[in-house]
Amino acid sequence: MIFSFDLLVNAVISGILIGGFYAAVTVGISLSFGILDIVNIAHPAFIILGSYVAYIVNSTLGIDPILTSIIVTPAFFVLGALIYQVYYLSFERRGQESMRGLAFFFGLLFITEVSLVLYFGVDYRYVEAPYIGPTWHFGTIDAPLRILIPCVVSLLLIGCLQLLLTRSFIGRAIMAVSQDALALRLMAVDPVRIKRIAFGISIATASLAGAFLIIIQPVEPSVGRDYIGRVFAICVLGGMGSLPGVVIAAMLIGIVESLTSTFYGPSWAPAVSFGFLLLTLAVRPAGLLGR
Amino acid sequence: MRTPFFLVICLAVAAVVFFAAVAVGNDYAFFAGYVILQYVVLSTAWNILGGYCGYVNFGSAAFFALGAYSTVAVYKLIGNNDLPDVVPMPALMLVGGVISGVVGLGMGYLTLRLRGAFFAIATLALAVVLQTLVVNWDFVGGSRGAYILRSETVPLIGPYIHYLFLVMLLLAVAALVIARLIERSRLGYGFATIRDDEMAAEASGVPTLRLKLVATTISGALMGMAGAPFPYYIGYLQPASTFGLDYAVNSIAMPLIGGTTSWVGPLIGTILLGSLQQIATVTISSAVNLLLVGVILVVFVIVAPNGIIGLVHHYWQHKPGDFVGRRRVEADSPEAVP
Repeated sequence: MIFSFDLLVNAVISGILIGGFYAAVTVGISLSFGILDIVNIAHPAFIILGSYVAYIVNSTLGIDPILTSIIVTPAFFVLGALIYQVYYLSFERRGQESMRGLAFFFGLLFITEVSLVLYFGVDYRYVEAPYIGPTWHFGTIDAPLRILIPCVVSLLLIGCLQLLLTRSFIGRAIMAVSQDALALRLMAVDPVRIKRIAFGISIATASLAGAFLIIIQPVEPSVGRDYIGRVFAICVLGGMGSLPGVVIAAMLIGIVESLTSTFYGPSWAPAVSFGFLLLTLAVRPAGLLGR
Repeated sequence: MRTPFFLVICLAVAAVVFFAAVAVGNDYAFFAGYVILQYVVLSTAWNILGGYCGYVNFGSAAFFALGAYSTVAVYKLIGNNDLPDVVPMPALMLVGGVISGVVGLGMGYLTLRLRGAFFAIATLALAVVLQTLVVNWDFVGGSRGAYILRSETVPLIGPYIHYLFLVMLLLAVAALVIARLIERSRLGYGFATIRDDEMAAEASGVPTLRLKLVATTISGALMGMAGAPFPYYIGYLQPASTFGLDYAVNSIAMPLIGGTTSWVGPLIGTILLGSLQQIATVTISSAVNLLLVGVILVVFVIVAPNGIIGLVHHYWQHKPGDFVGRRRVEADSPEAVP
C-alpha cells in the first residue's frame, strides 16, 4: 500500500465533513435516548422518512431539499409529540418502558421501513440541487459541496439546539426533566408536557437529517439500518445527552471510518463504529463528555 | 408435572407432528414447518434472556448466522462436494452452539454490567460487526455467498428435508424442555429477581452478573444450534439474508405476542405468527408479512402487555378456584414459606 500524505489529509477532511452530518443524525437520539431516556431505535426510520419527504417535494415541485426539510419540521414535531403520547400512555405511565417500549420502537422501525418499501419499492432515490455536483478545491484538499453544505447546516442546527437547551426556559426544563421529574413538578411544570416537546424536537431533527442524507447519498428504505448502530455509538461515545460531545464523537467516528475505507477498503467501514461502540461500552460507558 | 414426563409428552407430540407432516404427503409442509420450528427455537432462546431476565437482545440474527456460518466453515474445512454429509448434523449443531454460546458469553461480559438499554444496542451492533467480518471473509464465501450441497436422501428417514425437519423438531423439543427446566429451577427464580428488580436482587445476594452471563450463553448457544442446519436447508447462504432483520424482529415479536413469563408463550406466539407469516408469504407477499409482524407487535405491546398468556390468565383469574390459579399458588408456595 502506497502511503500518501494528500490521501491522509483528504481522508481526515472528508471524515470531519461526514462527521458533521453524523452529528445531525445523532442529535435526535441524543435528545431522546441521552436526555429523556427513551430508547428510540426507530429514529433512523424517521430520518429515512425525512429523506423521502425531501425526495417527493424535490421531484414534484423542485424545491431545495434542505428548505423543504425546514418547512416540514413542524409536521415532524407533531408526529414526535404524538408518538411520545402513545409511548407515555402505554408504557412509561405503567412503568413498562424498558422491554415493551423497546419492542414498540422496534415495531415502528419495521412498519415505517416496510411501508416505504411497499409504496416506493427498493429503488435508490436521489434529489436534484445546484450544490450536489461541484467540489471546492483548496490546494490539494477537495471539499465536495454535497457534503460540505449538510455539514455546515448541521453544525448550525446543533448550535441552535444547544442555545435552546441552555438559554431558554423550555430547554432548561428539558435538561431538568432528565435529572429530577419530581422537582420539576414541584416547580409547577408538567414533566410529561416537557418530555413531549423534547421528543417532538428530537423527531423534528430527523427531518433535516433525512434531507442531508439524501443529498449525500441515494436513499432506499433499508439504508436507515446502517445508521442504527452508528448513531448509538456516537451518542454513547460523546456522553449521553451532551451535544458538544455528539459533535466531537461524530467527527471522530467520521474520521476513523473515512481512514478505514481509504486505507483498508469501504467494506470494513461499518464495523468501525460498532467496534468503537463495544469498546466504549467496555472501557468508558460514560463517554467522552459524560456527566 | 415432572420434567421426564413433560419430555415424554413433548416427544409424543413431536412424533405426531412428524407423522402428520409425512401424512400430508407434500414436501412444502416440511419446508414451511421447518421455518416455524426454527422460530420456535429462536423465540424460546430469546425468551430465556429477554423474558426471564428482562434483557432485550436485538442480535438474534447474529447468533443464528454464527451457527449457520460455522456450518459453512466446517463444510469447507472438512467436507467436499462429493461427500456432503461427512460431518453429521448433530456435530455441526454442537459446533454452532458452542461458538454462538461463547460469543454470547463475551458479549454479555462486555455489556451486562451496564443498564439494559446498552445491552440491547450492543447486540444490534454485534450483528453489524459480525456481518462485516463475514462479508470480508472469503473462506466462507464473503459477500458472494456460499453453496452447500446436500445428499438427496438420508437412510431410514427418506428425503433430506424430512431429516432436517426431524432434527429441528428435536431441537425445538430440547429448547422447550430447557426453558421449562430453567423456569422451575433456582436459576429461573434468580432470573426472575433480575427481571423484577435487579438492584434489590443484587442487594439480597443474588449473583446477578453471573446469572445474566449464564442466560446469554444458553440463549446464544440455542440460537446458534438453530442456525447450524440452515445452510443445508437453504442450499445457498448469503450474508445479507442470513443476518436479516426479520430473524431479530420475529424472535422478539413471537415471545412478546405469546407472553414472556413462561415457556408456553414463545411456543404459542411462534405457532400463531409463524403460520400467519407462511400463509401471508404464499398468498400475499413477503414484504406484507413483515409489515404484519410489525403491526401485530406494536398492537400487542400496547394492548396486551403480557401477551396471549396474560390475556388467558386475566380471563381465568376472574373465575375463583380454577386450575391455572391453583397451580400458580402451588408454584409460588416454596417461595412464600422459606
